[in-house]
Amino acid sequence: MWYELTKEFIYGIVGLEGKLADALHFFIYDTVKIWFLLLTIIFAVSFLRTWVNTEYVRAHLQGKSALYGHVGASLFGIITPFCSCSAIPLFLGFIQARIPVGVTFSYLISAPMNNEIAIAMLFGLFGWKVTAIYIGFGLMVAIIGGYFIGKMGAEKEILLDVKPIDSELEAGLVSLTVKERAKEAWGYTLDIFKKIYLYVLLGVGVGAWIHGYIPTDFIARYTGEGNPFAVIIAVMMGIPMYSNAAGVMPLVEVLTGKGMLLGTALSFMMAVTALSLPEALILKKIISIRLIGLFFAIVGSGIIIIGYLFNTIL
Amino acid sequence: MKIEVLGTGCAKCVALEKVVKEAVAKSGKFAQIEKVDDIMKIMEYQVVSTPGLVIDGKVVSTGKLLSVDEVVALING
Repeated sequence: MWYELTKEFIYGIVGLEGKLADALHFFIYDTVKIWFLLLTIIFAVSFLRTWVNTEYVRAHLQGKSALYGHVGASLFGIITPFCSCSAIPLFLGFIQARIPVGVTFSYLISAPMNNEIAIAMLFGLFGWKVTAIYIGFGLMVAIIGGYFIGKMGAEKEILLDVKPIDSELEAGLVSLTVKERAKEAWGYTLDIFKKIYLYVLLGVGVGAWIHGYIPTDFIARYTGEGNPFAVIIAVMMGIPMYSNAAGVMPLVEVLTGKGMLLGTALSFMMAVTALSLPEALILKKIISIRLIGLFFAIVGSGIIIIGYLFNTIL
Repeated sequence: MKIEVLGTGCAKCVALEKVVKEAVAKSGKFAQIEKVDDIMKIMEYQVVSTPGLVIDGKVVSTGKLLSVDEVVALING
């Protein structure tokens, strides 16, 4: 409906034609659509989040079996907020609670990878199937990645000496009314939205331009079926782009529309959200470069495999 | 009253310290504000997501950038 409405506005009421009209139509249509989706989905996620915080996750995972730990940590990673500046307290806090390092990594991989902004955008642009597969594979990388890191004896790669606490942890949850939770979630949503709306605008702007002006075969030739290295190139490009996850998705939509394979596009997005240089630099203070390298290698190869898998099955 | 802001130096932690200062001024109470950036000390409070807010030795908020009014409410709490 919204598509038809903007179409009518650009071509009918304003009376534009040709490439400019195509680009403009796409720009208005996509910007409003994505803004709307971001607001609703981030609100929904933040609302759920008011019941679970990182302290709760830690208390919940304490003393559980390794398998439960990996799966649980990865699942919690989807809904709990995570900012890379919290990586150190989180990491040490988990060790303090005697949660295995591998399980901690499952969480550290899952939290940024199953990013709510990415989920919101994917859902809006590609539907629930692609979103579900994205979350499913994200969880798989987090579970398997954490498991491997745990198996490799990562405990000795920690540079700080943290004394475990003996006592049972308290979950420390605040009781709030539903109204208070909604208010808190809305505040958080607006906060995030203010930070990213310009990126979305920029992303859609570039996307609209590509949509209107760049011929399809140009993109398909470089990142389509013909190029076996497309996924690897996309991941390499994604790592330094950490903060622009929101701006990347509109581009991904256009690029796939123009012939880039969806797996390649997804790998690109996962690399943007999950592998960040700032996080690596923060972690460098507490764990060895070797372990960080391992972390990046496992997540990186996981993402690359996902890209090729998607390209093969979709 | 002693208020501690726990944080390792991220943007939200710096912002929370500012909010706390404003909130104390607004509440009219006398409070000692301290920024805690020693990670080991943060660990002692069992906080895993920063910024954390501690009032008189009790953790009242973690992982959130509170508004001035919210902090005032906690101070008066």
